[in-house]
Amino acid sequence: MGRMEVVPLLEVRREVHDASTFLFRAGIDGAPGQFIMVWIPGHDEVPMALSYLGDVKGITVRAYGDATQALLKFTAGDLLGVRGPYGNTFQLGGRRALCVAGGVGVASLIAAIEGFSDRGTKVATVLAAKTAEELIFEERCEAAGEVHVATDDGSRGFHGLAPALAKRVLDQHTFDTVVTCGPEPMMKAVVDLCRERRIPCQASLERFMKCGIGICDACVLDDVLVCNDGPVFTGEELAKSGDFGKFRRDESGRRVPL
Amino acid sequence: MLASGFLDETGGTLLRVFKAGAGAVVTKSIGPEPRGGNTNPTIVELEVGMLNAMGLPNPGVKDFGPEVKIALDGGAVVVGSVYGKDPDEYAAVAKALAGYGVQAIELNLSCPHAKGLGTDIAEDPEAVREFTAAVKGKVSLPVMPKLAPSVPDIASFARAAEDGGADAIVAINTLKAMAISPELKTPVLANRVGGLSGPAIRPVGVRCVYEIYEVVDVPIVGVGGIESGRDALEYILAGARAVQIGTGLATRGLAVFSEVTQEISEYMEAMKAKSLASLVGAAHG
Repeated sequence: MGRMEVVPLLEVRREVHDASTFLFRAGIDGAPGQFIMVWIPGHDEVPMALSYLGDVKGITVRAYGDATQALLKFTAGDLLGVRGPYGNTFQLGGRRALCVAGGVGVASLIAAIEGFSDRGTKVATVLAAKTAEELIFEERCEAAGEVHVATDDGSRGFHGLAPALAKRVLDQHTFDTVVTCGPEPMMKAVVDLCRERRIPCQASLERFMKCGIGICDACVLDDVLVCNDGPVFTGEELAKSGDFGKFRRDESGRRVPL
Repeated sequence: MLASGFLDETGGTLLRVFKAGAGAVVTKSIGPEPRGGNTNPTIVELEVGMLNAMGLPNPGVKDFGPEVKIALDGGAVVVGSVYGKDPDEYAAVAKALAGYGVQAIELNLSCPHAKGLGTDIAEDPEAVREFTAAVKGKVSLPVMPKLAPSVPDIASFARAAEDGGADAIVAINTLKAMAISPELKTPVLANRVGGLSGPAIRPVGVRCVYEIYEVVDVPIVGVGGIESGRDALEYILAGARAVQIGTGLATRGLAVFSEVTQEISEYMEAMKAKSLASLVGAAHG
């Protein structure tokens, strides 16, 4: 089995007011879509997508709970535990890809956005956030291809939600693949859009996790495990799911509405 | 069978493991109330296995019926694992699970990572007898207490279980253990201590099953570090009539059940064994 490494942070970059990127070196590899388990000593251990896959690895974290709020106070030199990488990867390739990212979901998608571009796929990204101030990785998305910005409050670009802008972009061009990550209702809308148009789609899901290695059953979606069978699922897989877009499991394993 | 604690909190995965080749699936240990378990980190991966301190997360017996139903409707053989704080709670949870249709009850008498639950019972043979008898008095299903290895004389606990009316004995649960990060100078598990499972504990489990076989008549279910047919045979030769696999899922995936079964068949052929029954306890002189 893989062992946890405790590593010092090389650099912490504030991306937006409530999200930062944490960079470190560790003896782990990783492919677009994969995640690691991050031990925030004294607080928790949480799954995080790798937002930087090079020699220096990175995770990009938005403060949404006690542990992630604590992590946002970490600075260069502080120690984190990392183990992984875990999970499957985005299938890259094709002539033209649309990437639909909502909020900090772009952290899970950015390696795929750059991966498409590196493989010669023409990439368009719908980059959405609540406000202009909350857009993350806009420059990296622009370096990989064209970017369509949407904000919930209309402070930048398209005034509205990501699926509405994605629909507009899909109407304008022909895409042979779509990848998405963000709030689950957003992903559900994107998956539905793609199914109507018969475009292959992949979505990266998030669930409460404990083990990360496919044994504890905490992150189950129907009878598949987000940690081991996912986190990336195809539109066809998700169309068959009774849980996707509707239910999650709480810490005790009870099935509760999203 | 699938060991308790692995892919067994929900009906969908219980059924998936059964279909992957497990002869039966044991549920997560279920208690009277929902329980979120311990804060992460709850597992530590090791070269020799794994530490876990899940802390008995489970949806509680009231909400577990639909999960059992999904597994049973799909054709799975389901063993309900039970924990509680006293004999009455064990008996009440077991009775409710029996009502959901599980085919047997396993008693988790030895969880090493949930405060006030399990370990105290596991350290007193009289408590093992008492808890087993309490559950036997409430359900008509086979009842199998699962014993802790960290006792001076496991045979006396097995005898106590048999005296309490146990229909089989499951051995062993995990061993209380700890991992420390030298960089942070602190235990890795949020709960500090957890249960060690995997190949590291196999020799302990085989020894325990061997000792239990010498003193009881009821069947023994061997568990602890089984990842191959050869590992399973060690337990069978020590006296196990059946075996469970848990941590082996992390190294070999869901295929571990069908592969270990196939490997046992191959060994039997090579050993020219007529039946598995002829090998049970065959290591005893």
